[in-house]
Amino acid sequence: MTSPFLSMDLLSDAIDLVAVLLLALGIKGLSKVRSARGANQLAAVAMGLAVIGLLIEIQPGPMAWLWIAAGSAAGGLAGLVTARRVPMTAMPEVVALFNGCGGLASLLVAVGVALFDSAAADMVALVSIAISVFVGSITFTGSIVAMAKLQGWLETPSWTQSSVRHVVNIALAVLSLVGAVLLPGDPTGLPLWLLVIGSSLLGVGVTLPIGGADMPVVISLLNSYSGVAAAAAGFVVGSQLLIVAGAMVGSAGLILTQVMCTAMNRSLLSVLFGGALGASGGGAVGGGGSEAGYTRITSCSPEECAMALEQAERVVFVPGYGLAVAQAQHALRELSKLLEAHGVDVSYAIHPVAGRMPGHMNVLLAEADVPYEQLIEMDMINPEFPRTDVVIVLGANDVVNPDAKSDPTSPLYGMPVLEVDQARQVFVVKRSLGAGYAGIANALFELPQTAMVFGDAKAVLNGLLSELRSMGVGKVVAKKEKDKQKVAV
Amino acid sequence: MSVLSQALWVLLLGSLLGLELIGKVPPTLHTPLMSGANAISGITVLASLTLIQKAGDNQALLLIAALSLGFALYNVVGGFLITDRMLAMFRRKGDT
Repeated sequence: MTSPFLSMDLLSDAIDLVAVLLLALGIKGLSKVRSARGANQLAAVAMGLAVIGLLIEIQPGPMAWLWIAAGSAAGGLAGLVTARRVPMTAMPEVVALFNGCGGLASLLVAVGVALFDSAAADMVALVSIAISVFVGSITFTGSIVAMAKLQGWLETPSWTQSSVRHVVNIALAVLSLVGAVLLPGDPTGLPLWLLVIGSSLLGVGVTLPIGGADMPVVISLLNSYSGVAAAAAGFVVGSQLLIVAGAMVGSAGLILTQVMCTAMNRSLLSVLFGGALGASGGGAVGGGGSEAGYTRITSCSPEECAMALEQAERVVFVPGYGLAVAQAQHALRELSKLLEAHGVDVSYAIHPVAGRMPGHMNVLLAEADVPYEQLIEMDMINPEFPRTDVVIVLGANDVVNPDAKSDPTSPLYGMPVLEVDQARQVFVVKRSLGAGYAGIANALFELPQTAMVFGDAKAVLNGLLSELRSMGVGKVVAKKEKDKQKVAV
Repeated sequence: MSVLSQALWVLLLGSLLGLELIGKVPPTLHTPLMSGANAISGITVLASLTLIQKAGDNQALLLIAALSLGFALYNVVGGFLITDRMLAMFRRKGDT
């Protein structure tokens, strides 16, 4: 009688073990360029296996199947549509959104068990519920705030830059703690809601003061939290697979957060508790458009810029997030093709944190078919700037600020930057003289070799294109391209 | 060994494994890695499924559990697909 049952158990255990192994291999493979795509698919397979293993183990009844089907269909379809539709520029926001939903799921599981499951009576279960609710809520609201800030739906309120925020956050943490401590006495009543509300508000309170430039680090940290929340949910329902997987993501996420902090030359503590970068330095808060402080600005028209390009032998583009916002990657690709046809040596300088997340700019330019070899990383291109004729900065700001090397009082001091000030001529394409993402004035703009070309990146690039074409640059090739497009259509 | 201490060992070893898995990551891969790890953290689907099974006839709990299943699966499906979309671009880049 017992043998078929036993073998079923054995089967689901074996599947669980394989799933853990594949998940670990997946995370490992994701950290290398060559294996990354396969590793991601491997992790997806592992996740599927884990679900199958669990379904074999629990053998859901018809009623349960109905709800499983409903939940899976809704979540799966929504995920499919979101992942397909979302533009590459919005990648960081979407990762934050997904992450928040993962946190919300852990939160719901814990609340559900606390409210309705009599098994929640023992101490271990109650502690796991408290942790799961706490971390799940912070992950959920924190991620949603991070998404809203990246989308520009939320500003950084000025009170969050004063020390008031520490008082508020400590009060919220104490409130959550009181809820957690009182939970064993009354698992379904007021303490639970105190904990839910306190920790949800805490998630908002700790994320809101953090400036846009540091958001990637915050998302990575929240991603680590969602692993912790999953592990806590594993304790709640008694699933070891969930505990292992959650713990792996939690600690791997922590390492990734640390790696990202190092790349941006920021310490995790100052990201979390230091407030928005540059806000205390007297600059504009949260990237507001302060024009004060600039006195020696030279501006020029696209025509002058086109003339400089026409005579250049070596041109380097420095793309930033502003380029992606203006959807100007394709115009930039056109321009560089034209220049190449004219015999100009063109390359792109990629700062490690160009875009809004490390690696984001590589994704965006790849989408516009820019050849891989032309994307040069910071350490490789910095020695090249002194022999570069023209640098065009498109929608990048803080990553080209020379103060980061020379001015110890600058909040950016010590951050590795692209040394474009070494080039013979620099054009900065920018909509206005507003401060950068971090809200800090840029000394590059006032250098004698720098000229500002004011305008939307796409409009300026198209202007440059037509100027260069009217000068007769690369005419033949441009025509060929058009013919090609006609054929393609 | 009690169930609790077993679970705590699993937690400890899992955390140590996670610390070891990621050593040096090129900046190019920070975004995809974060997104992929994020998809894996949607493994809470397992907790949601267990909860649906446990709920029996309790409609309110079934609803909560199914909701959490939906959100967790949104994280999993969306996360893996979008990571794949990003990484597909890197591959094409390498080919040209």
